[in-house]
Formats: sequence, C-alpha cells, structure tokens
Amino acid sequence: MSALLEIRDLATHFASATGTVKAVDGVSFDVNAGEIVGLVGESGSGKTITGFSILGLIDAPGRIVAGSIKLEGRELVGLSQGELRKLRGKRIAMVFQDPSTALNPVLSIGEQMRMALAAHESVSRAAADERARDLLARVGIPEPAKRLDAYPHQLSGGMRQRVAIAIALLNRPSLIVCDEPTTALDVSIQAQILAEMRDLARDFGTALIWISHDLATVSALASRLIVMYAGRIVEDGPIGAILRSPRHPYTRGLLDSLPSMAAPGQELRQIPGSMPSLANLPPGCAFAPRCTHADAACNAAPPERRDGERGWRCHHPLIAVPA
Amino acid sequence: MLGFVIQRFLQAIAVMLVISVLVFVGVYGIGNPIDVVISPDATQQIREAAIRAYGFDQPLWIQYRDFLLRLLSGDFGRSFIFNMPVLELIFSRLPATLELTLAAVVGATLLGVPLGMYAGYKPDSAFARIVMTVSVLGFSVPTFWIGLVLIFAFAVQLGWLPAGGRGPTAMLFGVEWSFLTREGLTHLLLPALNLSLFKFAMMVRLARAGTREAILSDVVRFARAAGESETTILRRHVLRLIAIPIVTVFGLEFGSTLAFAVVTETIFSWPGVGKLIIDSISLLDRPVMVAYLMLVAFLFIMINFLVDIAYAALDPRLRAGAKR
Amino acid sequence: MSEVSPLARFWAEFRANRIAVVALAVVVVIVLLAVLAPLYAPQNPYDLANLMLMDARRPPGYVGSKGFTHWLGTDAQGRDLLSAILYGLRVSLQVGLAAGAVAFALGASLGALAAFMGGKIEILIMRIVDLQLSFPAILLALVLVALLGQGQWQLIAALVTAQYAYFARTAHGAATAERAKDYVAAALSTPLSSARVVFRHILPNCLPPLIVVATVQVANSIALEATLSFLGLGLPVTEPSLGMLIANGFQVLLSGRYWISIYPGVALIVLIVAINLVGDQVRDQLNPRLRR
Repeated sequence: MSALLEIRDLATHFASATGTVKAVDGVSFDVNAGEIVGLVGESGSGKTITGFSILGLIDAPGRIVAGSIKLEGRELVGLSQGELRKLRGKRIAMVFQDPSTALNPVLSIGEQMRMALAAHESVSRAAADERARDLLARVGIPEPAKRLDAYPHQLSGGMRQRVAIAIALLNRPSLIVCDEPTTALDVSIQAQILAEMRDLARDFGTALIWISHDLATVSALASRLIVMYAGRIVEDGPIGAILRSPRHPYTRGLLDSLPSMAAPGQELRQIPGSMPSLANLPPGCAFAPRCTHADAACNAAPPERRDGERGWRCHHPLIAVPA
Repeated sequence: MLGFVIQRFLQAIAVMLVISVLVFVGVYGIGNPIDVVISPDATQQIREAAIRAYGFDQPLWIQYRDFLLRLLSGDFGRSFIFNMPVLELIFSRLPATLELTLAAVVGATLLGVPLGMYAGYKPDSAFARIVMTVSVLGFSVPTFWIGLVLIFAFAVQLGWLPAGGRGPTAMLFGVEWSFLTREGLTHLLLPALNLSLFKFAMMVRLARAGTREAILSDVVRFARAAGESETTILRRHVLRLIAIPIVTVFGLEFGSTLAFAVVTETIFSWPGVGKLIIDSISLLDRPVMVAYLMLVAFLFIMINFLVDIAYAALDPRLRAGAKR
Repeated sequence: MSEVSPLARFWAEFRANRIAVVALAVVVVIVLLAVLAPLYAPQNPYDLANLMLMDARRPPGYVGSKGFTHWLGTDAQGRDLLSAILYGLRVSLQVGLAAGAVAFALGASLGALAAFMGGKIEILIMRIVDLQLSFPAILLALVLVALLGQGQWQLIAALVTAQYAYFARTAHGAATAERAKDYVAAALSTPLSSARVVFRHILPNCLPPLIVVATVQVANSIALEATLSFLGLGLPVTEPSLGMLIANGFQVLLSGRYWISIYPGVALIVLIVAINLVGDQVRDQLNPRLRR
C-alpha cells in the first residue's frame, strides 16, 4: 500500500543577493493516512518551508528546484497554480502559527468560512452556515451560531486558532500541515488544543504534519518524528524510540535542552553555537561545527542509514545511550 | 456606536467654534471690520452709522457673540460686487463645484484603486511601471500647468473638447447638473480629468502600498492555503484590508479637492465657488471671503466626521470603541 | 574599520542611486543657471526700456529687433522667454527657499518646544498644528494672501503659514522620542538653560526627518508659489515668477501661442521633479525602517 504523502529528494531554494539559500535540500519522507508526524527543528531548519512546499505556496524568489511530492499517488511538483489551488483546502490544508494574523481582521468568521467553502463547491448560504456551525461546534467553540457573526478580535487567541482549525477541516482534507499552531497560545490552551487536535484527526481520519521547534509538544501528539537541521533530515523514526535513544547528536542536544526530559536537579544543556547560514553550508555534515563528536570524517556528507523504521544521517551515531 | 457618533459630533462642533474664533480674529481683529460689511467707497457718514449699527464700538466678546449669532441665522451679509445675499450667491455656485469635485474624486478612485492594486500585485510588470510613472508625474506636476496642457492638446490642437464653461445643464432634485446632458458631459470631462490627476496618483500609491503589504501577509497565505482563487483574494480579502486607508483618503481628499477646485475652475472658467472666491479676493469682496471660509471649514469638518463614521463601519475593531 | 565620516558614508550610499544623482545634478545646474542668470542671459527681462512691443508674442527661433535669436520665443511684453524663464527661476527659488527656511525654523522650534514643555502648551500647539494640517495648504495660502494683500513678503508669510505645520509635527514626533532618552535627562540635570538643551541637544538629533520634510516642502513651496502667481495672487507683474509667466501665456494659449505657457512650465516641472527625486532618495536613506 502506498503512503498518503510521499516526498522524495525535495529541494526548495531561494535566490538571494548573497547566493542560493538551500532552505530545503534533499528531504524524503512518507506520511500514512491518518498518521500524525512531528517535524521538528530550530528556526531556519527548513521545516516550515517543507510544509509550504507541500501546499505549493512558495513565493518568489523561492522555488522547488528538484524532487517529488506525491499526494494520494498524484504528483504535485510541476502542477499549475490553478490545479494546486483546487487541491489546497480540499485535499491538503494548513494551520498557521499565529491565528491573529492569519484570519482577516475585517471579515466576520462566517464570511471567512463561507469563502473557504465557496473556493471548492457552490453551496447555498444557509447550507454553508450550517456546515460552518457544525465544524465550529466540533472544534470546541461554544455557541457557534453566534460566532459566525463575530470578528476575529472578539475571540480569544485559543478560539481564533480553533476557527483556523475549523477552516482547515471544512472540506475534510486528507492531510493538514500544522505550522506551530500552539506556539502563540498560553500553555494551558496549548494542552487543550493538542488533545483536541489528536481527537479531531482521528475522527476525521486526517493525517497531520505537526511542525514545531518544541519536542515536548510534538511528543504529546505524534507517533512518528522527523528531525531537520539546516534543510536536511538528520533523524527520523517512531517517537518513543527516538526519545529513548536518539541516534543523532543533534537530536540528543534537543532532548537535553528540554526541562521535561531532564532529571530533577540536572542542569539543562544548550547546544553550543548556532545554525550555519543556509547560503554557504559546510561541505560535510552541517552540524559538525557544533558537534562534540565531530572529527575529520564529518567533512564528508554523512550517508543515510536505516535500521527498520529508524533512519539517521551521522558518521558517529549514538547507538549506545550514555547514562 | 451611538456614543461614538455623539462624541465625534460634539468634537466637530468644538472645532467649528474654534474656526469661527480664528476667522473672527483674522477678519475682524486684524483687518478693519468695517471693511467686511460695507463697501470701501462708502462715505465717512455711512461708515460711522455702520459702525454703530453693527456694534463695532462694543467690547470684542459681544462683537464675537453677535458675529456667531449672525452666522447661525445664516446672515453672512451681502456681496459688494454681486449685490445679493452672500449665502444665496454661494449656494448658487456650489452645485457646479460639487459636481466637478465628485466627478474627479470618484473617477480617481474607481480608476486609481484597481490600477494601484494591480501595480502592487505585479510590481515588476511593464504595465505597473507605466502606472507608477504616471502617478509620479501626477504628484509632481502642478495642477494648473496640466490644465493648460490639456486645454492646448484637446481643445486648441485637436478641437475634440470645449476649453471652458459648464455647457448646458439639466435639472435633477432641483439642482442644475452638467453630466446629465451630452454636451455638458464634454464640458465636464477635461476639468474633472485635470482635478483628478493628483488624487489618481495618490490612490494608485495608496492602493499599491497596501496591496504589496497585504499580499505578503498571513491573511493572504491562509486564504491561499484554503484554496481561494487569486481573484477572490484580491477582491475580497485585500480590497477589504486596504479599504480603510482608502476611504480615509477619499474623504479627506474630497475636502482638499474642493479647495483645489479653485485652480481648475479658474483655468476652465468653471462657474463654481472656487472661481467665485478668486474673484472676490482680487476684488476685495470680503463678505464672500468670510462666508467661503466658514463654508469650507464646515464642509471639511462634516467630511472628517463622516470619514470617522465610515471608518467605524469598515473596521469592526473600532466599532466597539475598542483600542487596537 | 577605517574612519569614514557619516557624511562621506551618506554620499557613497546616495551615489549608488543613479536617478537620484542625475536629479541632484539637475537641481545644482538649475540653481547655478538661475543664480548666474544676470551674467549670461541674453536680456534683462525686468528692464522695461529693453523691451520692444513689436517683438511681442513671437514664436521660438524668431530673430528680434535687437539682432539676437529668441530661442524660446517672446512673451506678451516682448520679453525674451529664455531670459524671462531664467530670471523667473531665480524668483521661484528665492521664494521657495526663503519660505522653506522660515517654515523650517519656526515649525521645528515650535514642535521641539511642544515636545519639551509638555502639558497644556504641548496640547495647545499640537492641536493647532493638527487642525491646520487637516486643511489644504493652498486654501491657507489663499486666505492669507486675501488677508495680508499681495507682495513678496506677504507671499512668503502665506507659504510659511501653509507649511510650518509639517515641520512642527515632524519635530514634535522626533523630539518626543528624543526627550525620553537618557542624555536629555543628563543635560537637564546640569545648570544649562532649558532653551539651550532644546536647541543644542534635542533639535540637532531631530534633523534627519526634518531634512526629508524640508526637501519635499521646498518643492511644494515652489509649486504653491507658482499656483498662487498663476491665480494672480502672487508677486507683482513687473518681476514675473514662473507661475506669472505661465498665467500670462494662458491668455494667448487659445490662439495657439503655446510657448509662453509651456516652456516656463517645463522649467518648473523639471525643477520640482528633480527636487522630489532627490528628496525620495534622502528619505529612503534616512528612514531607519527601510534599513536592515
């Protein structure tokens, strides 16, 4: 059986005055129907650009320069904007990081939902409102009929994000790309929304790609994890296995910097240094300059190694977990 | 909403009072007030009689009170030149100016906003560059000179359109309008074009800047992610987002266009209030000047008031009086 | 690295924009042409004894009774139009610069004072400024000319009244931001007088935005002066500015004698457009929001 989404060797580059920025460079992964996949990395790791590439929403000077993205067996790379538009919102949807900037401040919730529906089918206003109300109720918004006439500023941050999620679910897509949808929210709301998203995804049979810089959030939700660094995947596999014994030193570093993963009293560790500029990456492993395990071998690009469901790109994988 | 309207209304009245004080001080305090009410050719006897009649021997605050009362009762005095009540004179000229101004501002908006949005949506296209060049010229080149060039090109050289005047008019709602007759329309075309060029340039710039910003916003990305078409996005999301500054400028510019109509009316011999005020300045017809000032101030304040209301109607965030 | 003065850096950046450099060159050339006009202009257009009525309203290229060619033709008084334009540019520049300078000084002082004094004085000054800004400059100028009568000083006064408010608001904004900074508090804690603090410390730091407003306003004063002169409310007819030349030409435009109006207009527009282009570049360079 083929996966819902198959990405192979995706490369999305941005032309700039200082050279080509390889924001995404040779990324491959699958997402199965109904699966929740976490995509983590620091800002600039290429995780968000990967998400936008799937929807075909890369603005100039950016461009998908190579690779393939197949959704339900259909190739998306090379499709015209018109054909992509028909898929967006219908088969793949997206939820953004900040609901206060994603929703149009001068249009009512109802109008925005009607527009999202009208993009894919012609429905009467009454029928559209009916569906909008149902979905608002499903995403946990009280008194949905009243909310249709409300404007975004009249809702709390959590409610706004629920509206955005409702819009994403409106046409029952098979995949939703969620770009840090809880980062802008209060911690208590975050937990609520995470739980609700998990249930919604299950009920609707929708697969999620959950993009985040926060391993803790992702681990509460996803069944599989993909770690990106400098435009490449450095490690992927079932989430439990990665959390127990990361293979890549970068994943280890991310885990060590999490308060929830550290033993009480243990000092949190930071990964020293910062991510290199994507315009001139070192020839070998991009993480080598910050890596305590790096040696001469790391000047060559590490090949991808696979072991069952797990995969990593490192010359010195941490097979044995240090105590 | 009602509280907001009342608050703005009271503010408008306060500003009107301030302006009446300024005009009073400007005309009555600095100038010789008697000049405002009687012709400079009057004899000494008539002057003294008038000083007593108008109460110019009274303390200033009483004079101001009387001035205000006269204004409120619509008594702006008589024009020396036309020898008729000033208010009547101005109201007979006002429709011509309003027609010209409306034609110019509406035309500039209907043309400028879509072109500006296009230039903001495709900033690198050749057409966008042409639009922007025209708008730069519209900003820099003085209105009166463009008027001359228009007359020279279309009236003198080509002979397509009349060089001045209002042409035949037709009655609607008890007022004469040029645009209702075919020939009147040809008379309206050049002056309206002349007056609209600056506004057109402004609308283009405004719509372009707003669109460029909006098109990169998350609102547009989110709408695209929902599969909405580019036309829908431009027409419903972007247009609504940029509507607020455009309506503001539309309103405010409507006021300044009324003032700038002075220049266009002079060039095209358009019989409106603008030409009237220029004539009265050069002929020292002071009652007309005072009335014109108060009238323009009044129109300005009314427009500001209406713009504020329109603002609240367009931006739900302001409706509840909520701060942004 | 090396010691580069801010001015040198500014110039290096300015030079990168070719259009702005050309515009600046045009402004400089026009100013020089205008200032040096008495030295080389074919004719002194203000010397009525020099003018021949038989030379009036001749088209460009006409060889006059004095034996020289009127390259741009002559006006209704028989003036050589080229000379009249050069002298007219002098008048336009003089009035524009004088009005701009006075409006700058007055507006910047008022704005800085308002920001510095705060309280009721600030509210009063800024309310008046805002009220004035909501009225178009042309209207204010018209009113003033109407009240004060005609002449060069009245004209400058009218232009200043119409324009100082832009400087006042800019200075007020910049000075308010400046006042909140520590060095002003430090200067105030010394026995220096408040006026000294305002003029020596606050104002110089508000200069960049004011310079931007100044370039725009000089162009605007020139256009406004031309418009007022065109309406017959400007300078006396004996020393015509560009606006007056255009107005005089307008009377014969309908008979096809285009040159009397069109050429002075072209000179005016080249000047205004060039100043605006220079101003655009200066604004872009001084606007911190456009910098990364």
